[in-house]
Amino acid sequence: MSDRPVVAVVVFPGSNDDRDAAWALGAMGAGPALVWHEDPELPEDTGAVVLPGGFSYGDYLRTGAIASLSPAMDAVRRFANDGGPVLGICNGFQILCESRLLPGLLRPNRQLEFVCRDVRVRVENADTLFTRRCAAGQELVIPIKHGEGAWYADEGTFVQLAARGQIVLRYGEDVNGSLGNVAGVVNEVGNVMGLMPHPEHAVDPLLGSADGGLLLAALVDAAAAHAFVAA
Amino acid sequence: MRATVLVRPKQGILDPQGDAVQGSLRKLGFDVSTVRVGRVIDIELEADDPAGARAALERMCADLLANPLIESFEIEVDGA
Repeated sequence: MSDRPVVAVVVFPGSNDDRDAAWALGAMGAGPALVWHEDPELPEDTGAVVLPGGFSYGDYLRTGAIASLSPAMDAVRRFANDGGPVLGICNGFQILCESRLLPGLLRPNRQLEFVCRDVRVRVENADTLFTRRCAAGQELVIPIKHGEGAWYADEGTFVQLAARGQIVLRYGEDVNGSLGNVAGVVNEVGNVMGLMPHPEHAVDPLLGSADGGLLLAALVDAAAAHAFVAA
Repeated sequence: MRATVLVRPKQGILDPQGDAVQGSLRKLGFDVSTVRVGRVIDIELEADDPAGARAALERMCADLLANPLIESFEIEVDGA
């Protein structure tokens, strides 16, 4: 058995960043395992799960709504409820919100345009599984590419999340109408996070930024720790 | 049994699609002050009576067809 922690990457029909995520996780020291959405179980030694970006089920009904009911998501839900680390990127974030594993949901960008460019995001909370390789207040440069990335929650939920440190990342500017410029949130327990920016596209300075590697490397750390505890 | 589910963006929820349609209608010369875009879902289902159909449709809306955070829904059962 490899000493690389296994990170399962769930592939839905319409996922298109699954291979990029697997490659980037491999570069960060993980042993990525692609899991088909119809698989009812994750690999036995899974230490973390990534839900990748894309347009699962063509974004039918609402982004992430159909994918949230797939068999693999039942397995992800059990894994998350057992404390396993789960990271949703872009469409993966949308799926986690529709699965009610994360608060709020993602709405069409206010400007009704697909946005595809590098953005600055600020680490609001460096004390999470996913951001502990970052400093509080650190600015990361990570690309976004989405048409439905405006995070929304009702006012009471938003205030509560901010008070508890669950708003993990905020954009340095208003990029899509996201409430409070929220770019990433974590669940109350702290083991499930979603973000719209794509850390898997920012793991090599040659491509403009390696800042995404900080988030993915922290996930691989968490995967190693979870696999150790579970064993 | 046939039914129709109307899903609408809740009041106060930003509806950029509705805003864009409103802008286009105004360009066509229509004096339109508000447009909200929702969704119509026509469903045929097995049910003993309209009340049973309605109960099932309520669950469908809660579990999938509408997201209560941002959407409200209305159910019309044919012949009810």
